[in-house]
Amino acid sequence: MADTAVDTPIMKLTAALTARREAGDVVVAPFLTAGDPDMDFTFHALEAAQQAGATLCELGVPYSDPIADGPVIQASYTRALNAGGTLEGMFGLARRAAEQLTMPLVAMTSYSIIFRRGLDRFVGEAAAAGLTGLIVPDLPIEESALLAKACQQAGIALVRLVTPTTPPERAARIAAESTGFLYCVSVAGVTGERVSLPQQLKDRVRWLKEQTDVPILVGFGISRPEQVREVGDVADGVIVGSALVRHLEATSGDQRQTALEAISRHVGELVAAGRAG
Amino acid sequence: MATSTATHPSYSQVPDPLGRFGDYGGRYVPETLSAALDELEQAYTEAAADPAFQRELDDLLCRFVGRETPLLFADRLTAHAGGARIYFKREDLNHTGAHKINNTLGQGLLALRMGKRRIIAETGAGQHGVATATACARFGLECVVYMGSEDVRRQAPNVRNMRLMGAEVRPVESGSRTLRDAINDAMRDWMGSVETSHYIIGSVVGPHPFPKIVRDFQSVIGRETVAQCERDLGRMPDVVVACVGGGSNAAGMFYPFADVEGVRLVGVEAGGRSAQPGSHAASLSHGQPGVLHGSLSYVLQNPDGQTSDVHSVSAGLDYPGVGPEHAYWHDAGRVDYTSVTDAEALDAFDLVARKEGILPALETSHALAWTIREAAKMPPEAAVVVCLSGRGDKDAAEIARLRGFSEDMTHG
Ligand SMILES: Cc1ncc(COP(=O)(O)O)c(C=O)c1O
Repeated sequence: MADTAVDTPIMKLTAALTARREAGDVVVAPFLTAGDPDMDFTFHALEAAQQAGATLCELGVPYSDPIADGPVIQASYTRALNAGGTLEGMFGLARRAAEQLTMPLVAMTSYSIIFRRGLDRFVGEAAAAGLTGLIVPDLPIEESALLAKACQQAGIALVRLVTPTTPPERAARIAAESTGFLYCVSVAGVTGERVSLPQQLKDRVRWLKEQTDVPILVGFGISRPEQVREVGDVADGVIVGSALVRHLEATSGDQRQTALEAISRHVGELVAAGRAG
Repeated sequence: MATSTATHPSYSQVPDPLGRFGDYGGRYVPETLSAALDELEQAYTEAAADPAFQRELDDLLCRFVGRETPLLFADRLTAHAGGARIYFKREDLNHTGAHKINNTLGQGLLALRMGKRRIIAETGAGQHGVATATACARFGLECVVYMGSEDVRRQAPNVRNMRLMGAEVRPVESGSRTLRDAINDAMRDWMGSVETSHYIIGSVVGPHPFPKIVRDFQSVIGRETVAQCERDLGRMPDVVVACVGGGSNAAGMFYPFADVEGVRLVGVEAGGRSAQPGSHAASLSHGQPGVLHGSLSYVLQNPDGQTSDVHSVSAGLDYPGVGPEHAYWHDAGRVDYTSVTDAEALDAFDLVARKEGILPALETSHALAWTIREAAKMPPEAAVVVCLSGRGDKDAAEIARLRGFSEDMTHG
C-alpha cells in the first residue's frame, strides 16, 4: 500500500477532536456506563449520542469500588455489575461500536481492573476492540510509567487528569504527558452535577492551554447548555457524565425508548449550545 | 570502614520513598488526593524528626491511654492448652478498649500540625471510630465517621459511644454495607473536603504514606513487648501472634520483631464459614495481588478485578484487602499467615472469658483460637505472645444473640 500514515487508534481520536476544533464547535463527550442496563442498550445509547452530535464517548467500565464517583455513577456501576456485566462484554460492546459507529470511544476504568487483567493484555484487548484511549482516574502520574509505555506501543491514548488541588508544577508535568486530550477536572470532589462551576476554572484552563498542545476537555459537574457555553469559551470541550447516566435510572420495558430519547435530546441540547456562531 | 552487609534482609528499611514494600504499596488514588498525601507525608516526616511531637504523643499515650500496657502470663489458659506458655499483650486495657487509639492520637496530632480541623474516619468494628471520636473530643476537632449499616447494627454500643463524644456517625448503605464500603465513602468525602479535612484511616491500608504512618504509630505495641520479654522472660518469645484485618495491630506488633531472628511471627485472618469464595475474609491465605483502596496488596476479587464479597463474624476483620507490608512479609516468608473460622473464634472467646476473666474482641479471638490450638503442640518451655488487640464488650450482645441467649441478656 502507498498509504504512509500508520493507522493507530489514537489518530482516530485526534482526528475527531481536530475536526471539531477547526469547525469552532465545543466538543461534547458524553460518559455512559457500559452495560447499564445491558450492552445492547449501551450500544444504542452510544448511537443516539453520535447522532445527536457527540464528538466522542467515554465508556465507563463498571467497578465495584469507584472512589472518584458520586452516587449516580456508583449506582449505575452497581446496576451494570448486578446485571452480569463483564470486561469481556465491555470489549464486545466497544468492538461493535467501532464497527458500526464513526465516533471514537475512550474507556474510563479503574487501575484495579487493568492490573488484574495484566497491563499488556488489557491494553492489547482494548486496542483490538477499537478503543482509542484509556482514562484511569485512580492512577497518578508516579505510578503510570508501565501503562503509558503499553498504551504508546499499542497506539492508544492515555488521558491524564488535572484537578483544582494539583499544584502548578505538577499540572504542567501531567499536561505534558497526557496523550489524546487532557482531562481537566472542574471541582475538587467526586463526579456529579454541580449548580455552579468554580470561579477560577477559566483561569486554570487558560493556564493549562499554555502547557500543552493536546485538546483540553473539562469534566465533573457539567450538565447544562449554559455551562457548555461558559466552559467552551476557554476549553476545547466538555465531558458530561452523571447528568446523562441519570437517564439510565429507569430503563425497564418501554422505558428503554424513553431513556434513549432523553439521552439523545440532552446531548443534542449541549451540542447545540456549543455550536460556533 | 568497609561496607557492612546484612546477613538477612532488613525489614526496617521499608517502605521506599514511593511507599513501596517490595512490590507492594504505592499510591493509586485520584489526582485530587495527591497533593494532600504529599502534604501528609511531609508533615509526618517533620513530626517524626521533632522531639516535641514525640514527647507530646508519649505523654498522651501514658496519661490519657494508660500505656504501657501489661504483658500478662495467661496461666489458666496455658494449663488448659497444655503446651507453650501463653502471654497476652494487653491492648484491651488501652483507653477505648483497643489498639486503635495509638494511631488516632498520632494522626490527630498530625492534623493539628497541618491546621486541619475536620476529621473523617471509617470504621468496621467501631473501635477505630470510637478511638477517632475520642481523639477528636480531646483535641477539639470535628469528627465524621462512616460505618456500614450492617456494622452499625452488630456493633451498636460503639455507635452510641461515638455519638456521645460528639462524632457524627454516617451509616453507609452501598455494597456489602461493611468496612470496605465505609472506606469508599470516607474517601469520597475526602475527595470533596481535602483542603480542610484529614482522613484518619484506621489500619495499615490505603495509599502511601498511610500504611507507614499507621505502622509507625502502632509499633509502640511491639517495642514495649520486646522490652517486656527481655525483662520478664529474659529472652525473646518463640512465637508472636496477632489477628489480621487490615493488619494494624499485627503490623505494630510484628514490625519491631521483624529483624529479630528466631522469632516466628503468625498473622491470623478471618476464615469465616469456610474457604469458599464469599464465605471468608482471608486475603493473604486465599487472595492474590491486586489494587484496592489506593494500594497494591493481596485482595479478594474476581477475575475481572471486581472486589469479592467477604464474610467474617467479626466486623473488624470483614475486609477483602490487607495492608501492603503484610503482602511483603508474606512473599518474603517472614510472617506466616493462616486463618481460623468463625466457630473457632467464638469458642476461643468463650474459653478466654472463662479461663482468664477477659472478654476479648471477636477480632482478637481469631488470634487466640490459633494460639490455643498450636500452643498445645509446643513444648512447655516455649513462649507465645498474643496481641490482645481489644476488649469484647462491643461483641457481647451479638455473641449472646448468636448463642441464642435470652433477649434480656443483651440489655442492661
Ligand atoms: C480489637 C480489634 N482488633 C483487630 C482489629 C482489626 O484491625 P487491624 O487488623 O488493623 O488490627 C480491629 C478492627 O476493628 C479491632 O477492633
